[in-house]
Amino acid sequence: MGLELYLDLLSASCRAVYIFVKKNSIPFDFQFVDLLKGHHHSKEYIEINPLKKLPSLKDGRFILSESVAILFYLCRKYSTPSHWYPPDLHTRARVDEFMAWQHTAIQLPMSRILWIKMLIPRITGEEVPAEKTEQMLTEVRTNMQLFEEKFLQDKMFITGDHISLADLVALVEMMQPMGGNYNVFLNSSRLAEWRMRVELAIGSGLFWEAHDRLMKLAEWDCSTLDPMVKEKICELLQKFR
Amino acid sequence: MGLELYLDLLSQPCRAVYIFAKKNGIPFELRPVELLKGQHHSEAFAQVNPLKKVPALKDGDFTLAESVAILLYLSRKYEVPDHWYPQDLQARARVDEYLAWQHTTLRSSCTRAMWQKMMSPVFLGEQVPAETLVSTLAELDRCLQLLEDKFLKDQDFLAGPHISVADLVAITELMHPVSAGCQIFKSRPKLAAWRQRVEAEVGKDLFQEAHAVVLQAKDLPPADTSIKEKLKPSVQVLLR
Repeated sequence: MGLELYLDLLSASCRAVYIFVKKNSIPFDFQFVDLLKGHHHSKEYIEINPLKKLPSLKDGRFILSESVAILFYLCRKYSTPSHWYPPDLHTRARVDEFMAWQHTAIQLPMSRILWIKMLIPRITGEEVPAEKTEQMLTEVRTNMQLFEEKFLQDKMFITGDHISLADLVALVEMMQPMGGNYNVFLNSSRLAEWRMRVELAIGSGLFWEAHDRLMKLAEWDCSTLDPMVKEKICELLQKFR
Repeated sequence: MGLELYLDLLSQPCRAVYIFAKKNGIPFELRPVELLKGQHHSEAFAQVNPLKKVPALKDGDFTLAESVAILLYLSRKYEVPDHWYPQDLQARARVDEYLAWQHTTLRSSCTRAMWQKMMSPVFLGEQVPAETLVSTLAELDRCLQLLEDKFLKDQDFLAGPHISVADLVAITELMHPVSAGCQIFKSRPKLAAWRQRVEAEVGKDLFQEAHAVVLQAKDLPPADTSIKEKLKPSVQVLLR
């Protein structure tokens, strides 16, 4: 058995890994773990990853979780072109800096927008209080500004002239609210241009293929939602009250 | 000007960077940034780190934020012993995995536990609702269980048989709730044994030196009104 990747492309972290392996023609087996059906909580999957999160990588007997760790592993093992994770001390540090910052500054808030604007109302039938929504959106706007001013600045990509893992991870996460029809690129032409550059560097075909499930989320029949997952979501709503 | 490290040892990631630099004999100028005086919000500090957080590094014209990035930068630049961030593909992946996982889990729950249980009542004079604290401590417990079961397992250190930056990042986190009086090692002999090993590797003196500030935080005098006003916005999120 070769390289296996446990993925659901609804998750931004999974999209980053998927796009990376496809772009670099790394052969792998796509193991679909359906988040909407709660399959990440299944006994089989817990054996792969007791953290019950996606993505996971299985390479022979070696199992690895956390998309950032997986991306670094793949870069090294498959000797991908150096622009993805440049060897220069300072440039590499910039990628590391973004990869560390994004967990709490980008991924979490972007994911929350999708929950607040679409998933929670769709599943529970209730809206999240406007005050909380506004708080969330303010946080996102602030962090997008920081991203633009500190990480991107006037460069083509985060590290300079070439796409790196940082751009890939940033973009797939910023796409997450699109599943709920919320576009975070509207307020800045500089960010919108960067978004287009990253999409083109990846290849539009691959980019939109990876985002298909997310973009179709609005069509999803949530009556098929796993009851356990639905319960967790209702609990989540309580936190927003 | 040589390497400058902008630190407040009250902060967990600052302690990890401090211990790492000292342990590896990396020469640096310590630039104190007092969080409890709101110094991280100053214009001057924003020049070093526009993200307004500690730790931050300045190496000539090069500035760098994020403790994980700083630790890796120092590892590479000063060519520290391999075990800190091993060359071996799978061993390195284990370290990367821990460093990625901890941001939204252990880090978050350790910071909240310390602020909700101690800093808020002692320093800000505000009690946090009982259910909030209970929920935070339950989350901390969950993270500690994962730390033991998924990362440490039956190994001596988090990424294998040798200490790495993952252990420094983890141990400095755990000392946060410890400073607030949480007895996290009491019912966890495996974690307690790992802590002893990490302390021994780091060196007792350096470990104690790095933790002096946080362990004395419970004796801080209450903040005056102007400080409370200054800190409130950034601290609010930790009290939920």
